[in-house]
Amino acid sequence: MESLEEIKTRVEAAVPGADISIIPNPGPANQPSLLIDNEHAPHVARFLRDDPALRLDHCSNVTGVDWLDRTVTKKVKVKKLVEGEEKEVEETHEEFFPGYLESVYHLYSMALKQGPVIIRMRTADRGEGARLPSLTPVYRSADFQEREIFDLYGIRFDGHPDLRRILMWDEFEDYPMRKDYREPDDYEYEPTPHDDVLEKAKQHYSTRPQLDGAEELTAQE
Amino acid sequence: MNMSSRAERSVVEGPRDGTSPVIPRDPSTALGMTTRLDGELLEVSMGPQHPSTHGVFRMNVALDGETVVKLKPVFGYLHRNHEKIGENTSYLGSMPYTDRLDYFCSLTNNWAYALSVEKLAGIEVPERAEYLRIILAELTRLQNHASLLGFLLSDMGAWGTPLMYAFREREKILDLFESLAGSRMMCDYMRFGGCRVDAGPDWIGRAKKVLDAFPRFLDEFEKLLVSNEIVIARTQHIGKLTADLAISAGITGPMLRASGVNYDLRKVDGYGFYPRFKFRVPLGDHGDTYDRLMMRVLEMRESIEILKQAFEQIPAGPVMNPKVKLRSFRPPVGEAYGRIEGPKGELGFYLISDGSSNPYRYRVRPPSFINLTILEDLCLGHTVADVMVILGSVDIVMGEVDR
Amino acid sequence: MIGIGILSGMAVTLRNFVGSYFEKDRLITVQYPEERETLPENYRNFPFLVYDTDDAAAGLRCVACKICEKECPPQCIYIVKSDDKKPDYMGKLQLYPKVFDIDISVCMSCQICVEVCPFEAIKMDKVFELSCRERFDTLLMRKEELSKSNIYYHKIHPVEAAEVDANLAAAAEAKKKKA
Repeated sequence: MESLEEIKTRVEAAVPGADISIIPNPGPANQPSLLIDNEHAPHVARFLRDDPALRLDHCSNVTGVDWLDRTVTKKVKVKKLVEGEEKEVEETHEEFFPGYLESVYHLYSMALKQGPVIIRMRTADRGEGARLPSLTPVYRSADFQEREIFDLYGIRFDGHPDLRRILMWDEFEDYPMRKDYREPDDYEYEPTPHDDVLEKAKQHYSTRPQLDGAEELTAQE
Repeated sequence: MNMSSRAERSVVEGPRDGTSPVIPRDPSTALGMTTRLDGELLEVSMGPQHPSTHGVFRMNVALDGETVVKLKPVFGYLHRNHEKIGENTSYLGSMPYTDRLDYFCSLTNNWAYALSVEKLAGIEVPERAEYLRIILAELTRLQNHASLLGFLLSDMGAWGTPLMYAFREREKILDLFESLAGSRMMCDYMRFGGCRVDAGPDWIGRAKKVLDAFPRFLDEFEKLLVSNEIVIARTQHIGKLTADLAISAGITGPMLRASGVNYDLRKVDGYGFYPRFKFRVPLGDHGDTYDRLMMRVLEMRESIEILKQAFEQIPAGPVMNPKVKLRSFRPPVGEAYGRIEGPKGELGFYLISDGSSNPYRYRVRPPSFINLTILEDLCLGHTVADVMVILGSVDIVMGEVDR
Repeated sequence: MIGIGILSGMAVTLRNFVGSYFEKDRLITVQYPEERETLPENYRNFPFLVYDTDDAAAGLRCVACKICEKECPPQCIYIVKSDDKKPDYMGKLQLYPKVFDIDISVCMSCQICVEVCPFEAIKMDKVFELSCRERFDTLLMRKEELSKSNIYYHKIHPVEAAEVDANLAAAAEAKKKKA
């Protein structure tokens, strides 16, 4: 299979205006991916599927990733005028990277038995209105998996035919796979709560949950 | 009960994707009727406690008489957010949790997860461990397919007998798992960099014995199945899946190959030592339930071939890479997607490491969940009784579907 | 001819029915409470703590290092370290667990605590008939219930226990030589 750079240049030629960049993967797995801008993503996916040299017809895995806001502190040496003299002074810069949600598609080719080509899309922010275009019209296998991302990460997929919660119930409000999700602490926890779980459980139960009377039966025997 | 008029039905019909060819869906032609009364649709909630639904799986079905005109699967009754647990557990700690995904095939789940972590961290696996993995994966395939056939016949009304025959054979394989890994279903046997314990020569001998007895069971089972008129009437031309739709919908495993697509990860990816083995990939012609059923029988025959070769070739040596430190295991920063051919289809694990002891992202690609995507397409136009058979031939396990 | 397939299927069931009286292979069920299959050597169920000598309190191998508590995937182990120290099998003063609880209603028998334990102090038991009527206290195993002697360990896992004993003896020997 051709390299990711070649694929990138060919996609950019075929889909005018598409903004594509390669996300390197430093680990030993060596699976770099293509970051595609949201507007052109369905066109790019369709090109990848139909192009005779690629034929990436099998969308194996669709998943979401949550990247939180992060600040990176860097120490930079800056030349400054101190008391009329130019000196090198070390300054700490805080760089802020806003968080985003990401959806990752692993594409393989069943026809040519090659792959994977990994494409990803990123939302603008992690707010309620996080939106991405749906690739379900291109790959039917993204149907349930995009619903799952919507359910667990809260990314809305434009163009998805049936975007509902799939694993959680419809009335559920939060998105449990997000990194800043706080689990509810008012359910009956494990029988032997200790440490912080015990502290959480104490707010709701003064003692252990009510016994159901079975312990008396055991005592009689 | 939700009633909707017949005229509204056109909304749910038709392909969602312009490229996917769709099976004929007019219920009147499927039943061979030409005239029918204008009735109302009846919405039935099948499951989650229906005995034939293979776990807590629920389908909302709209019926026109006996014919299915709309079907929506409802998931989540067994959902425990496996992926979140995986993100909060160390790499080693996730291994026993993978057993609980597809609890019929814990060993292939172990392998898929171990393979992904090995890709992520660039770990090599000793030769004997790779052979043991292949042996255990193929034994898992045998017992999974055998019990699937039993369940499927039981769904068709052959209640009990074939299932018990299948479970009898499965029992022998589970005993092997128990004596090697310590547990029958929750094996937790593989580790990244090898396997937990070595199999002694007596275990290999016992496994060979079980394997030698297996073809007799297959022959008997085929006699129960292949020419049985009831099985043929219930399965042939039921739930046809075309190759194009199967590819577009990401169907994998025996279900895909029953539609005639030659795509077996053991051949395509050649993970483990599968390229060293000689075996064929059975393919179906029609993609109907009968093909899916026979695909399992044929795959079992191929698995037996692989196992025979593996028992001959298995070398002596260590089963664990000594360089791997399982406790406080920290793979380098990066991401990896590893997949294997599980008995139910392509089982993948997608891991993102941020260099800490827990994965930043831990994703399971569950084959039976994605294979359910086209359940509605398969069932439309067929009767309620066929829905059970079609669902049985998809081969789902709710532990994996809901995660 | 229609019916042949069904008849040949019936022949299979008949062969199985008759065969189940003569062939061990076709009838593998065991009448459970009266008859029992021997458990394989590797069988595992829930963990227990090993102690040497006769005294469960003094001979406990566990030094309350809390590695198993940290590594346990479902977090079912709860340990409180002691305030004082007692000599271990090599005579070195070590801490011991004041509290060691395993909640076996949460435990999933994964054996990771055994694998990570550097002191060979926790091993897998083979007791599986543990049903009880009350969910909370009876399934919470305290230190006293968990402590079982090395002799018991030898009884349930003979091969593994012999290996462990040899390793421990070799380690003690190496230490003596050093000193």
